Amino acid sequence: MVSRFFQRAYLFLIFLFLYAPIGILIIFSFNNSKSRVNWSGFTLRWYKEMIQDPQILSALYYTLVIAVLAAIFATLIGTFAAMGIHNMRRWQRTIVMNLTNLPVLNPDIVTGISLMILFVFLSSRFRVLNPGFLTMLLAHITFNIPYVILSVLPKFKQLDKNLYEAALDLGATPWYAFFKVILPEISPGIVTGGLLAFTLSLDDFVISFFTTGTGVSNLSILIYSMARRGVNPKLNALSALLFVTTLALLLIVNARSSKDRTRKGKI
Amino acid sequence: MNKRWFATPYLIWMVIFTIVPLFLIIFYAFTVKTDAGFVFSLEPFIRSLEPTYLKVIGRSVLLALISTIICLILGYPIAMILTSKAFSQKSIYLMLFVIPMWMNFLLRTYAWLTLLEKNGFINVFLRKIGLNPLNLLYTNQAVVLGMVYNFLPFMVLPIYSVLKKLDFSLIESAQDLGANSVEVFTKVIFPLSIPGVVSGITMVFMPAVTTFVISRLLGGGHFFLIGNLIEDQFLTAGNWHFGSALSVVLMLLIIISMLITSKYDTDKEGSVGLW
Repeated sequence: MVSRFFQRAYLFLIFLFLYAPIGILIIFSFNNSKSRVNWSGFTLRWYKEMIQDPQILSALYYTLVIAVLAAIFATLIGTFAAMGIHNMRRWQRTIVMNLTNLPVLNPDIVTGISLMILFVFLSSRFRVLNPGFLTMLLAHITFNIPYVILSVLPKFKQLDKNLYEAALDLGATPWYAFFKVILPEISPGIVTGGLLAFTLSLDDFVISFFTTGTGVSNLSILIYSMARRGVNPKLNALSALLFVTTLALLLIVNARSSKDRTRKGKI
Repeated sequence: MNKRWFATPYLIWMVIFTIVPLFLIIFYAFTVKTDAGFVFSLEPFIRSLEPTYLKVIGRSVLLALISTIICLILGYPIAMILTSKAFSQKSIYLMLFVIPMWMNFLLRTYAWLTLLEKNGFINVFLRKIGLNPLNLLYTNQAVVLGMVYNFLPFMVLPIYSVLKKLDFSLIESAQDLGANSVEVFTKVIFPLSIPGVVSGITMVFMPAVTTFVISRLLGGGHFFLIGNLIEDQFLTAGNWHFGSALSVVLMLLIIISMLITSKYDTDKEGSVGLW
């Protein structure tokens, strides 16, 4: 009984440690004064100022556009790559999978500066890919693809090879068989990979920071430059909004994966 | 139809955006710019061995190690509590650990900035109860705190996933054979959980040793970790050769720590707990 009490108390303290800073941040985003400490009444002023701030709006726009585009491209390239990798010989597969794990293991800062060197080199020598929107998008696609592959590949491994051949025997063209037989089987992996790519892209700071150019910032870069200048209630409002959004996304992904699990359980 | 070729766009992409950039770093790290163009040189590496920079590298490793140890000490009991009978039925507790991990880590760090600063929450509270305010921000401790706060879930989750799979009958047979609870822990539970501990250590140490954001926000501008040094070389000082050499040093640090940990990682399954 005593140990149960200590367990609860310990867990409570840890959760307090994890959530108190976020909670205080959110509470003071509703505070009607610049102070972070003294409560002077409820207000939505900072939220209002936040949605009227052109810098924040442009950062939000770039964040969303890049996350959506990067997720789409990474999912396409990654899914086809997973199909190709699945059909490779063993030694080829080993090489390609090691290559795929490389950016996952490489520190973000190294990935960031290595891409920055590439883009600056290309833009100064060949006058293509000036650092900016496009370079940030390319960087995001690059770090997303491995995660898509790692989510889709297991679905290919679960796939029953005979189903595809049966479809061909019954007169389906390879493309028809792909869309009617293979795609429905692997689609949970594709959706998970795509959502993962989307969230990683939303959340990325380090790689974006090094691969963007002047005038193009995503939310993370903006938060970094605002936080460096000190505490700002608008930033608190933005934090609260982002926290709630992330929470909602996480709950959706979680509901999806648990549904996936129960479906598997039934089979 | 040879489906193997479906991977071709990906392979081309990876060569252009992963392999070539890495070679560019290595190229810059081993050259210096002279009037005749780039020439081979070890100068960037020799420079990183200067006492000033060695101190920065040492500090990065030290602070990351301290954070990793604190995470292990705090995190192991959490993983054990979460797997205990009272809590394992409720997935909400585990969820509560995953949620902060998905919040933008700049905001998590910023949250501590608002608590620790001179007129922040903690200092005002201290003043109210009659104590002197403390200089909390821009210290080594603040950086370690930021690291522990950001990376604690990375330690808890791998250990949790290993402990959850632990065969309970092993513990019971140890008890039947006369082991007390300390012996059960040191001889049975802990040795079996080592794969989780190892991947937890890796997952905390690596982001901690490479960070430049936590040290910039909580450690202030005068305070440098190797990540800050690299950032500074590329964005302010403009010495790409030295910056690249430091990046190679950082990659070597990662490879060394991975080699050390992989020696203890007998069960590869421990490393996948997150998904």
